[in-house]
Amino acid sequence: MQAFTRLTAVAAPLYRANIDTDIIIPSREIRGVGKQGLAEGLFAGWRYREIGGREPDPAFVLNRPEFHGAKILLAGENFGCGSSREHAVWALAEYGIRAIIAPSFAPIFENNCIRNGVLPARLAAAAVESLITGLDDGRHRRQLTVDLEACEVHGEDGSTHAFRIDEEARQMLLAGADAIDLTLLQRDEIEAFLVRDRQLRPWVYLQGEGEDHP
Amino acid sequence: MSAAAPLSLLDKLWASHLIRELPGGTALLAIDRVMLHERTGAVALQSLATAGRSVLDPRRAFCTMDHVVDTRPGRGDATLMAGGEAFISATRSAARDAGIRLFDVDDPDQGIVHVISPELGIVLPGLTLVCPDSHTCTQGAFGALAWGIGSTEAEHALATGTLRMRRPRSLRVTLTGTTGPGVTAKDLALALITRYGADGGSGAVLEFCGPAVTAMDMAQRMTLCNMATEFAAVSALIAPDERALGWLQGRRYAPVGETWKRAVDAWRQLASDPEAHFDAEWSLDTTEVAPMVTWGTSPEQAVAVDAAVPREPRPGRPTESYQRALHYMGLQPGQTLTGLPLDAAFIGSCTNSRLEDLRRAARVLRGRRVAPGLRAICVPGSTRVRREAEAEGLHEVFLAAGFEWREAGCSMCFFAGGEHFGTQERVISSTNRNFESRQGPATRTHLASPETVAASAVAGCITDPRPLLH
Repeated sequence: MQAFTRLTAVAAPLYRANIDTDIIIPSREIRGVGKQGLAEGLFAGWRYREIGGREPDPAFVLNRPEFHGAKILLAGENFGCGSSREHAVWALAEYGIRAIIAPSFAPIFENNCIRNGVLPARLAAAAVESLITGLDDGRHRRQLTVDLEACEVHGEDGSTHAFRIDEEARQMLLAGADAIDLTLLQRDEIEAFLVRDRQLRPWVYLQGEGEDHP
Repeated sequence: MSAAAPLSLLDKLWASHLIRELPGGTALLAIDRVMLHERTGAVALQSLATAGRSVLDPRRAFCTMDHVVDTRPGRGDATLMAGGEAFISATRSAARDAGIRLFDVDDPDQGIVHVISPELGIVLPGLTLVCPDSHTCTQGAFGALAWGIGSTEAEHALATGTLRMRRPRSLRVTLTGTTGPGVTAKDLALALITRYGADGGSGAVLEFCGPAVTAMDMAQRMTLCNMATEFAAVSALIAPDERALGWLQGRRYAPVGETWKRAVDAWRQLASDPEAHFDAEWSLDTTEVAPMVTWGTSPEQAVAVDAAVPREPRPGRPTESYQRALHYMGLQPGQTLTGLPLDAAFIGSCTNSRLEDLRRAARVLRGRRVAPGLRAICVPGSTRVRREAEAEGLHEVFLAAGFEWREAGCSMCFFAGGEHFGTQERVISSTNRNFESRQGPATRTHLASPETVAASAVAGCITDPRPLLH
């Protein structure tokens, strides 16, 4: 997984509450079993003029020239709510989004970000609004710097905001670590738990077809 | 020695699955069951195999076909969606290779994952169960800690039998009073989400309790827990009582004999202690709740069926979200919802597709017909529900009323199989999400209970079901 340490990039405001994963990647845009080929469907319902079409809607923020190449999104509360589809994060990452700054994230989406090297940075609504205002002041480039070591977002105008992220998530992102590899280091403890638990809760441990009842 | 500290149900479930605390405030938690479906399961199994990893204990993982599979009568593997068959065939081979029991398209136990898991006794009280599907919280109705995850987390659970997780906060939701006729768990869930917001339960495990919960049958409890993800909650729980235990006894994967007795003894301990600490508390007097219907594009945008669309955005929400929702739904501030003409009605989904849901809708439909020109569809949640409904003649009620009677699956809850409602069509739906384009391109979804959907289908417009229940 790609590590995340510090990023300076164009930031695009998408300041609506409850942007759901059907908006991020509509069902109809998930055309294959795998994790690739999803960037084109990102925000398809908002990004294109027609449902199912590919003609860009010039009003949509990511289609505006000044936000070309955006790698950071500034969003409203409860970003990524709805379906657990990890395709939402795969689509964002494939498009090039590396960090999302929002007051809150839906829990499954937040986890999916961390497992794919995308930073979900929690920042109070007032601070997100102030960053969005700063992007539009006409005096600076529309970019931000996100520093995961320090947990800070820096505006081009010199403003600094501290964001929140769980410590384990921060470490995983900084290291680009694979969670399964880390967990398998605890293999002995997992085995010991299972041995104890089989005695305590035998009904949990199914025997397989033909002898379903423990 | 002082008495043991009082524990919440979540505390007890957490403690019994805790393998160890990890640095950074997370824990390594044992996962008892993994459920998969063809939409997000095949990709997890394929990715796992590509990484050269195997499933730790395939006997504790199960897979079904529900999301992509067609629901039109006489279906096979073919779907309206181009490429849909690939999800089905990839899931079939990935499940076989991994040694996981698959409830295939033609299996008598096939159905929506959160409907079949309880039917088969795969979920049991006190278990941890995960599935790459946000509505996994449904299964918390049996006192299991069950929650939705992504595909990568599913790989982790399959490969290691564990997940790394931060302890969720606990939130007790006490439902008092007695619901009036025609007011269901769906209406209570919409009332709660509207009151507390679509992010009101963020990061929490809700525990539903109180007399109104005790009075609910298991189908209603599952509906209530199903909607927990629409508060951004991690999951929901209801302490298992005799009704829950009786419901599970004899199910295929439930224990039998002495093991059942031992399990029941353990499960009777699965309740929050009287003085247990909760991080937050909500309460709702259900006597005051009317049948609810959504007007916007988030489940938090709901009102009583006889009320008007709010004239103001929700406090603290960007005005743009409110205006966009009104525009998308083709509504004006202050507009009354009752009487709004409909193009279609849908009864189904993991929220409201169980036998009891269909019985309640059929009570409204018996001897009535849907309005001319309105398309009405009923999709049972599982092949078993369909079979049992047909055994009591419910399909005849639906068909005589002008409803389509389908094979089991998720169907047009989100048109993953390629079937959908039309552009800007207005649909009343017993599903869980009124998101933009969820049920079709620019389709306008109004969420409601099966009763309200049935009554509205008959009237051809959004309608209070209560007068039709007498």
